[in-house]
Amino acid sequence: MTLLTIDWSLIIEKLVLIAVVVLGSLVVALYSTYAERKVAAFMQDRLGPNRAGPFGLLQPLADGAKFFFKEDVIPVLANKWLFILGPTIAMSAALMTSAVVPWGNHIEIGGRIISLQIADINIGVLYVFGVVGMGVYGIMIGGWASNNKFSLLAALRGASQVISYELPMGICMITLIMLSGSLSLKDKVEQQMSSGHLWNIVYQPLGFVIFLICAFAECNRTPFDLAEAENELNMGYHQEYSSMKLGFYLFAEYINMLISSAVIVTLFFGGYDIPFLDESKLNPNTAAILGIIALMAKVVFFIFLFMWVRWTIPRFRYDQLMNLGWKKLLPLALINMLVTAAVILWLHK
Amino acid sequence: MYHLTNILDATPTVNTAGGYLPIIIQLVFAVGFVASTLLISNFLGPKRISKEKLEPFASGIPSHGEARQPLAIKYFLVAILFVLFDVEVIFFYPYAVNFKSLGWTGFGEVLLFVAFFLIGFFYIVKKKALIWED
Repeated sequence: MTLLTIDWSLIIEKLVLIAVVVLGSLVVALYSTYAERKVAAFMQDRLGPNRAGPFGLLQPLADGAKFFFKEDVIPVLANKWLFILGPTIAMSAALMTSAVVPWGNHIEIGGRIISLQIADINIGVLYVFGVVGMGVYGIMIGGWASNNKFSLLAALRGASQVISYELPMGICMITLIMLSGSLSLKDKVEQQMSSGHLWNIVYQPLGFVIFLICAFAECNRTPFDLAEAENELNMGYHQEYSSMKLGFYLFAEYINMLISSAVIVTLFFGGYDIPFLDESKLNPNTAAILGIIALMAKVVFFIFLFMWVRWTIPRFRYDQLMNLGWKKLLPLALINMLVTAAVILWLHK
Repeated sequence: MYHLTNILDATPTVNTAGGYLPIIIQLVFAVGFVASTLLISNFLGPKRISKEKLEPFASGIPSHGEARQPLAIKYFLVAILFVLFDVEVIFFYPYAVNFKSLGWTGFGEVLLFVAFFLIGFFYIVKKKALIWED
């Protein structure tokens, strides 16, 4: 049996990495809820959560534990299995995206080189789009299975919003592929780190703005949180949900925020690159750790930006949202792509 | 028989099926985590169901039953248009990887393709497929 000759150390190494990344993203998501409440409180001149533990730091743990002990209600009119499948898909899809994000370069333990990316597949970008697309099923199935008018309307809104903004996002991604010539996210970071190259934000400022707007829409975040417009739709597509199923929908939103921040940083802000520092001169392990810190610092800034925008800009109307996506961002992204292609070709002649 | 050892020891950018093995492990990990957490919370929570609690929530007014009624065609239209345009966007990916070697000839051809793309786009705009106000 040749199957028994699997490289077990590699499997164990990947398992540890997966556990760290998945559990790490859960912890970051938990504390994003805390950060969101603190940011909101700061912007509205309040205190925010401050009772559970010092500065209320244990609040997210209390909230998480509470989900476990809540009654799990499935309405009589709902389709039971689809009702359970909805949050399962939403959460699983959110946890899967992190597989292709390069969280750092590589570390060396006892002469063994361990890459800090779970899977460096050569179609990384398409993988991200594919898995994000699966998230739409979570919203749609959950909203439909609830058999509640508000849920169904919210799910339809959410689904058509997410798919509409995937088009300009995809075209922006194509522009970036033109710069690096590869679909792997690791190659994109290395292209931005190589000498003589700047971060992609310098070459693609318009692409960055379009991508950022689309990321807000993809995550169902304000000003595009039409699927959760509480003054029109009560609570949105997850209003029949309770207990951990509701928790999964809410966590999935925060994990998506983390992952889209990480993808934005990887694509436009050099990923784990530290500005004005030549990492190749450092010890690889030190460089990797500094790189992870640099990446997380950039990611935290973007998560803060998501919250800052949420508590600053009011929600759009639905027709405004669709007009912006289809009639403004889509043509703009196409023009951006053609101009970029022409400029690159012109410079290489 | 597959020689998994050879596949896994391949270059960092793995283009073979073995490169997807970590993704499968992560899928098992993620789905296992989600399923077990759902089971545990279902086990720990109380069970005090009543007729009113199981009705669909409609902001306090009596519920009118089934939600699955005919809906605005606009949502369906957006889904169809998305599939059409996304397939066109997919065609840009191979071009973007090879466009330096294709040079200006390739660029001219893509301009033609984008022109077709835009003709379709202007058609749906003129047909008022993207107007949301009635």
